[in-house]
Amino acid sequence: MTVPVLELENVTKIYPVPQGMFKPRAMLTAVGGVSLSVARGEVHALVGESGSGKSTLAKLLLGLTKPTSGEIRIDGVPIARTDRREVARRIQPVFQDPYSSLNPRKSVADLIALPLVAHGIGTSATRQKKVAEMLDAVGLPRRMIDAYPGQMSGGQRQRVAIARALVMQPDVLICDEPTSALDVSVQAQILNLLMDLKREFKLTYFFISHNLAVVEHLADRVAVMYLGRIVEERGREALFTGAGHPYSRALLDCVLTPDPSLGMPDAVLGGSFPNPIAPPPGCAFHPRCPRATDRCRVEAPGPIPVADGVAACHHAI
Amino acid sequence: MPLLDVDNLTIEIPTEAGLLHAVNGVSFTLERGETLAIVGESGSGKSLTSLALMDLLPSRAVRKARSMRFDGIDLMTAGRREMEDLRGDRMAMIFQEPMTSLNPAYTVGDQLAEALRRHRPVGRAAARDRAVHLLERVGITAAASRLGQYPHQLSGGLRQRVMIAMGLMCEPDLIIADEPTTALDVTIQAQILLLLRDIQREFGMGLILVTHDLGVVARVATKVAVMYAGRLVETGPVEAVFGAPSHPYTQGLLRAIPVPGRTRPGEPLGTIPGQVPNLIGPLAGCAFRNRCDRATDACAAAIPERDLGPGHRMACVLDPVAVPA
Repeated sequence: MTVPVLELENVTKIYPVPQGMFKPRAMLTAVGGVSLSVARGEVHALVGESGSGKSTLAKLLLGLTKPTSGEIRIDGVPIARTDRREVARRIQPVFQDPYSSLNPRKSVADLIALPLVAHGIGTSATRQKKVAEMLDAVGLPRRMIDAYPGQMSGGQRQRVAIARALVMQPDVLICDEPTSALDVSVQAQILNLLMDLKREFKLTYFFISHNLAVVEHLADRVAVMYLGRIVEERGREALFTGAGHPYSRALLDCVLTPDPSLGMPDAVLGGSFPNPIAPPPGCAFHPRCPRATDRCRVEAPGPIPVADGVAACHHAI
Repeated sequence: MPLLDVDNLTIEIPTEAGLLHAVNGVSFTLERGETLAIVGESGSGKSLTSLALMDLLPSRAVRKARSMRFDGIDLMTAGRREMEDLRGDRMAMIFQEPMTSLNPAYTVGDQLAEALRRHRPVGRAAARDRAVHLLERVGITAAASRLGQYPHQLSGGLRQRVMIAMGLMCEPDLIIADEPTTALDVTIQAQILLLLRDIQREFGMGLILVTHDLGVVARVATKVAVMYAGRLVETGPVEAVFGAPSHPYTQGLLRAIPVPGRTRPGEPLGTIPGQVPNLIGPLAGCAFRNRCDRATDACAAAIPERDLGPGHRMACVLDPVAVPA
């Protein structure tokens, strides 16, 4: 049994939220009791809607914020007992918007070399060489080394962001909606690039996205998040052919494939996203769930085993 | 007479580097009850085209057309007052980001009532009643209690519903929705699109949907216009364009998206090499030819529009080649 490269055990993150001057602060559980295990070389996708806790989970994995309770381990070693620099070297982020994640006053060479400089790795000459290698790897011409983000297209900027993440030779890339700000033809180029780089550098991806067609295309395993909890975690094939949790089903129903003969899905999830400060009792999804029963209104479901994964539902199929 | 008839629309923007040909010879018609999707990538001119219909282009942009008629009214010669009377009354627009298009300083109720009272001689109470009716119609619960709320107190999905309700206040004949669901979650997107479809059927309006999402186009539209570099490259009924995409750019776009069941997981997606040409200065021939793997010398000459089937046209000199499924 090999040790997973990333492991989360019962990780919870609670933020205090001010309610007004004379009121006590409310507690918002952004991530509640999440356990996940990501094997080396895998693409593990995380899907969910705004407010589901996806981005908080990404911050926890990057070591940018500490869990309130629970433990995150890299190769079996808790992050809490690992040097912050070491965490940053091994886990690197690629963010959604290459227009805001790159400093417009820095050249491509400076942007890509920044992690090396910050970690005091190499000399100016070796860093220069490394930058050139990275440009080749992400398919940018070397003449772009002195360009500034303002002179580049969205796709080129995202390539710079990926080069910057790779320059530290990380084990894991946390990709937070890496293509959702890009045009479709550019999205295809970046997704192809990510798949090539994964093979070349033996990377592991934690891939956060709301685009289920993209997730189905490149993920090995998928976790579905709702209101801070993982409601289903399955192998790709098992999830996309037979989602067990009603929320996963609803998400899959909303995927609009380009087929005019299908029309719009009729059974769309009713209700709206609950207030995360006062989540519904029992199963947090029950007010919107077509399968909800009395039991769901009082008893929160734990993860139950389903084919190639788990689903947190009393009525999982 | 079609509800909307646009003939040879051109938009030019003077820049320091020269004249930018943002939209170049775009023609289409729209009937009542039809949904036309204008699809294209950033810079294709799809949003400018929709703004030109409403006379809402940036002031330095120059709009020309052989003719542009809305229900017989000549939009090219209509004066400022006449356009102000049309906008919000018979033509309404729904923008992508409702936070920037709703006024943060006024309540939802005030803004909805104003949309009606600007055009109709109705009292406050009647305007309020219609606002509540439409908020309920767009699926907002406890509609009356929302009237006193400000835009920042609403979620993104609710704000977009308020925008749609506002567009419907005067029961327009034409609604233009520019990326109405791009900023929303998938389940909310499905709710909003269903809502637009149902309302359009109920009121028999014409709907123009400006989007980059081919899935949305296929599921909602009746007609498609694919734009590239300011030109229409392929237009037609949605079944024809998706069933037999013929312009190399349309084919390229469809190959670039992962489609469960068609694309194999993990295999490379189709890409369109190269970049959109610079639209400053004169541009002869097909704008896509520098990225097209089938381009020939003939592509540098003027490109005729050709018929492929009923209502299905493309601007390409090549004979269409079927895409392998």
